[in-house]
Amino acid sequence: MTADKTPIIIAKDVHKWFGDFHALRGVSMEVKQGEVIVIFGPSGSGKSTFIRTINHLEEHQQGDIVVDGIELSHDVRNIEKIREETGMVFQQFNLFPHLTVLQNISLAPIWVKKWDKPRAEAKAMELLKRVGIPEQANKYPGQLSGGQQQRVAIARALAMEPKIMLFDEPTSALDPEMIKEVLDAMIELAKTGMTMLVVTHEMGFARAVADRMFFFDKGEIVESGTPDEIFKAPKEARTKLFLSQILHH
Amino acid sequence: MTANTTVKPPLAERPTLLGWLRKNLFNSWGNAILTVAAGWLTFVTLRGLLTWVFTEADWTVIQTNLRLILLGQYPIAEVWRIWVSMLLLAFLIGNSLSIWGKGKTSTRFTVGLMGLLFALAFVVSGPSRTWLLAMGAVLGAGWWLARGAGKAMRNVVGIGWVVWPPIFILLLRGFTPDEGFLPLVGTNLWGGLMLTFMLTIVGIVFSFPIGVLLALGRQSDLRIVRWFCITFIEVVRGVPLITILFMAQLMLPLFLPSGLTIDRVLRAMVGITLFSAAYLAENVRGGLQAIPKGQYEAAYALGLSNPLSMGLIILPQALRLIIPILVGQFIALFKDTALVAIVGLFDLVGIARTVLAQPAFLGTHREVYAFISLLYWVFSYAMSYVSIRLEDSLGVGKR
Ligand SMILES: Nc1ncnc2c1ncn2[C@@H]1O[C@H](COP(=O)(O)OP(=O)(O)OP(=O)(O)O)[C@@H](O)[C@H]1O
Ligand SMILES: [Mg+2]
Repeated sequence: MTADKTPIIIAKDVHKWFGDFHALRGVSMEVKQGEVIVIFGPSGSGKSTFIRTINHLEEHQQGDIVVDGIELSHDVRNIEKIREETGMVFQQFNLFPHLTVLQNISLAPIWVKKWDKPRAEAKAMELLKRVGIPEQANKYPGQLSGGQQQRVAIARALAMEPKIMLFDEPTSALDPEMIKEVLDAMIELAKTGMTMLVVTHEMGFARAVADRMFFFDKGEIVESGTPDEIFKAPKEARTKLFLSQILHH
Repeated sequence: MTANTTVKPPLAERPTLLGWLRKNLFNSWGNAILTVAAGWLTFVTLRGLLTWVFTEADWTVIQTNLRLILLGQYPIAEVWRIWVSMLLLAFLIGNSLSIWGKGKTSTRFTVGLMGLLFALAFVVSGPSRTWLLAMGAVLGAGWWLARGAGKAMRNVVGIGWVVWPPIFILLLRGFTPDEGFLPLVGTNLWGGLMLTFMLTIVGIVFSFPIGVLLALGRQSDLRIVRWFCITFIEVVRGVPLITILFMAQLMLPLFLPSGLTIDRVLRAMVGITLFSAAYLAENVRGGLQAIPKGQYEAAYALGLSNPLSMGLIILPQALRLIIPILVGQFIALFKDTALVAIVGLFDLVGIARTVLAQPAFLGTHREVYAFISLLYWVFSYAMSYVSIRLEDSLGVGKR
């Protein structure tokens, strides 16, 4: 993919504790603009925790995180600014059940970006067309299938015109027949040059669009490389073992 | 989504009276015995009650004192203000019935209400008759005008409900001194059903926002705010309403600079509002706890600030969840206002006691209390009906 030289995300020696539990043990990563990063690893290895520190849904206790030149600190204004520039898609969709699809998507542009309603709704409709469900605009989330809900969630995040998109296992809660429609939307997004950090075990997706892959285990990055390097010649035994487990079952 | 189509059961299963009886009341020996026993009990009680209502009771006490029971000592010359408020209310109710009511039921309910008002108009005499007729007409007009109303109209009616209570209170109280257009009517002249309403409306309108703020404050990161809210809520919930009312009457004046007096009705309103707010805060907290963490995270991740996340995402869902509880609390509040009679105000119960003290009507306790109970019941039931409709119409698309 096209990647210019400026890193848009810099994480340096990030540590995170939950009480006594050391969940992130010095994670460092630099992501360039337009890169698609896939993060994978066993359950409990800190994948979610790491991408959630990037938009400060989790607070890291040590190390530095800089997003698009904004230093992530305790300053609420900085946090809100970073959140405006990063979209996030959750495993459980987390759509707002009391709002229609259209309202779900246009809410943040109206209230955070102060767009007028027609503009925000036009944007929402455009995004719904992009993810292939414009006809669902006036339904409530509870009336949609899981795959449709997740595509709405993607559209909702994109409505803020973010520079970075974070995905935390976006297809893990979906029935197999719906996974493809969500992955297709993500692949289409990757091709537009969006910077993406994706926690996923969908290796087909990784092969298709990932620029680099990171293997997490026990709160650390064990290995990283291009999909070719990772799939054909993993260096670490742990990576090999994990890949063999998820690829052959 | 449940489909709203009514499919008729096959012919063999169409309910007949006999079939219905067999299926619901006599489907086993045990149930048959229960049915007979319950039927006999109902008959005996109802016979006693109806005999009393129609033959033994002497309702002249109600007829003579109707105005007092409904309006207290409110000056006759100013009663038009109450009627004007009632006209506005009837219009709003008409609007709301056609917007939020359910098809045929809404029509039936509207026609029923109009019929009731017209029937009342023929029972009473004088200007009240004209006003009641006007109320019925305005109710119907409001219903007719709001048919097929769009979203804008809904919002207008919603706003109407918010501005009606202050208009009602201002109109009744008046603001010009002495001889002006709307001379002040002192609250010492307020009484009866009207005062009961007034206490309830003020209690609801003010305790709602205060309760929500207390609930939010209880979760605040600021320790002082949190402690203040917890202390307030727990102290108020730990004492009976009647003691709060007494304190409001006796102790509030101690905290005020000398010379400044607040009138007694206002003091009762403050007491009721604070009491209700504490309970409301706990109910709201329950609603807040039922909202999954993912909702906060999704809101924050979009860049919404803390207040916006609360106001747009969390609170609307939390409040919707607790509508039945809130309405239950408001009905309880309506009935609890009866306690102000003990601190010397003339609400429904207070007025009932003065009526019973009239030499002409000594010993008419049963008639008077039966009548005011009926009034309490009618309005409590109306509130609970509204609540059910509200839940239905807000429940759209809930997961
Ligand atoms: N709020 C929390 N409090 C305490 N421990 C937590 C909390 N959140 C995560 N953890 C712990 O931190 C570790 C890393 O969790 P994380 O959710 O990042 O794992 P993950 O790699 O995303 O796993 P999965 O594939 O199961 O989603 C886990 O051991 C988890 O139990
Ligand atoms: Mg996870």
